Amino acid sequence: MTSFALALCAGQAQAFCGFFVGKADADLFNDASKVVLVRDGNRTAINMLNDYRGPLKEFAMVVPVPVVLQKEDVKTPFRALFERIDAYSAPRLAEYYDHDPCVPLPPRAPMTMAQPAPAGRMRKDASAAELGVKVEAQYTVGPYDIVILSASQSDGLETWLVQNGYRIPRGAAKVLGPYIKQNMKFFVARVNLKEHEKSGDTFLPPLQFSFASEKFMLPIRLGMINARGPQDLVLWVLTKNGRVESTNYRTVKLPANINVPPYIKADKEQGFGPFYKALFDEQAKREGYRAVFTEYFWDMSWCDPCAADPLSAQELKNLGAQWVGGDTRQGARVMVTRLHVRYTPDTFPEDLAFQETADRQNFQTRYVLQHPAKIEPEACPAAAPYLKTVLERKEKEAQTLASLTGWDIGAIRVKNGLGPKDAEFWQRVWKRLRDGEQQISK
Amino acid sequence: MLAALRLPQDARLFQIAFQAILLAVGVLVRDFSLAASQMALCFAAGLATQALWIRALGLKNVGYLSAIITCLGLSLLLRADSWWIHPLAAALALSAKFTLRLRGKHLFNPAMLGVVLAVLLLPGAWISPGQWGSDLALAAWFIALGGFVASRAQRSDTSWVFLAAYLLLIGLWYLWLGKSFASWMHQLQNGALLLFAFFMISDPMTTPDRPSARILHAACVAAIAFAWQFLLYKPNGLIWALFFCVPVVPLLDALAPGKRFRWRELSEPAATIVRKDSWSTTR
Repeated sequence: MTSFALALCAGQAQAFCGFFVGKADADLFNDASKVVLVRDGNRTAINMLNDYRGPLKEFAMVVPVPVVLQKEDVKTPFRALFERIDAYSAPRLAEYYDHDPCVPLPPRAPMTMAQPAPAGRMRKDASAAELGVKVEAQYTVGPYDIVILSASQSDGLETWLVQNGYRIPRGAAKVLGPYIKQNMKFFVARVNLKEHEKSGDTFLPPLQFSFASEKFMLPIRLGMINARGPQDLVLWVLTKNGRVESTNYRTVKLPANINVPPYIKADKEQGFGPFYKALFDEQAKREGYRAVFTEYFWDMSWCDPCAADPLSAQELKNLGAQWVGGDTRQGARVMVTRLHVRYTPDTFPEDLAFQETADRQNFQTRYVLQHPAKIEPEACPAAAPYLKTVLERKEKEAQTLASLTGWDIGAIRVKNGLGPKDAEFWQRVWKRLRDGEQQISK
Repeated sequence: MLAALRLPQDARLFQIAFQAILLAVGVLVRDFSLAASQMALCFAAGLATQALWIRALGLKNVGYLSAIITCLGLSLLLRADSWWIHPLAAALALSAKFTLRLRGKHLFNPAMLGVVLAVLLLPGAWISPGQWGSDLALAAWFIALGGFVASRAQRSDTSWVFLAAYLLLIGLWYLWLGKSFASWMHQLQNGALLLFAFFMISDPMTTPDRPSARILHAACVAAIAFAWQFLLYKPNGLIWALFFCVPVVPLLDALAPGKRFRWRELSEPAATIVRKDSWSTTR
């Protein structure tokens, strides 16, 4: 019986044999910017999500772009696309059950969901100028009034933006300068209140703009002008061939496929959401806020386990993946790389630059729960040795969790059913070594 | 016994030691996506290729140090999602060293050629220019280690001229753009840049023989790398620039000939070699 179950698992090469039980979406991270970048050759589509919740009159967004964008280059895709791609690629919790050593039959697991988290907010850029500023194009798309500007000097651009009612942070000119010198244009969006009222939407839709340029980068410096403390960016990159990584910062895979204590599934303070958040906080801190983290990389036509269904061909097209034909399961390939950056003005002095690698090895931030079988030590001869291994495992899980999250090991031990009075790990190792020595001397 | 005493005189031994340390640091601390099997196969294939060519061409006085350096270089630079890319790249790179020669000098730095061939021709191979990050401490280590190796190889001029030219170009460009000093420092601290400067472009066998020609070559590589990366916005400018500048080396050697470099001349003066050779032939 047991060998049959094992064979089934081994037969589906690398297939997931547990059950998906929860995910940690990007909303966990307050104020995280969310961007979906689509890259095909030198074609780029950038989707930016706005969680702006202030007065709409004051909303403005300034993004440096390599070329003048025409009306047909700008779209307002559905907000739901971000939720879909977030859900699909989210860090996930998987759950397994030990076989009862006395009754060798694999039990089935129930499904539960992870807890939702508070929503974040898009970075808001605003800037202004006058002298040497040229309005290259002007149009309305959805609820946005859009202006494409070119400028010959940064002071002029700053003044123009201020005079035209854009609230831009002081010191913007200094950051705008390098973009102007590189002959980049500025995509400036403001909310058209009438159009927005007509649409009846509560939230602003994302903005998508497409262009052809060798530059495979994301301007993040503008958003740092008045940043206090680290900022988060969750970035999904859709490509045809392989994993995307940064060329000017270190790209690091987050620790994943690790066993954590089963209580993580439903605990109030240390549930999966708080766990993942603490894990990311800890890892970002350890890297000194200098690294770009990979959270997910997968061929969009499948997933294992699936945190949510893959995006449909139409959804991918709406995000700007124009090469997708019909069904992604048979047709064009879409690879999705999910990157998560926590940056500060000091640690990310330059905009993010990327490259598409030839790497096709799947990666996911997946954490594993292993439930022990509930048996008494006297239930059968195999029970006592099994329960001993369970205790050792629990200790290891507690150590891992403490190291990943920086949480207090004592509290974790209690929650993981080890009890506060248990000897320290090193004490137990020492004891075992001594016991072993005594046995040998006997 | 004598050979053992003489060996440390060969700068390549220092280079091997430092590259091995860097590889260990990369794998253990910098989270390189490099499997042990890829490294092992790379070395196995590289050394076997070297042995085959030595036998096939009946060469004497040719050892395995350069082959080890090439394999270390490939392990440091090349990334792949399959096991066969590294050994194949090593075999191609070392074969090119014995076959693609002009006036008694091989044309391509083997590690550079291995990386370029793999990225251009083989599926699932790439370079990770950001893999070292930009830790200041790490950068200092690179300079200390690399400077040492390069000066022992008597080709430190190439490293320093290249670094100075490349960083000067970026500095001027950033100054004109109005970018911050921190962003220039960020470029300076890039581990990949320092690794390239001290362990790849400084290779005495694939740089021009005359010092003035070497300076020209280094400046040429720096200019192309800068243009590739900062004007054309393409990644991995350093490797491509060195590749594009390969024809410059024999050209400069023809126009401005200089003293040919020998790995062992530090330990064995040329006169000794001649005497030994004539001795062995008369015998």
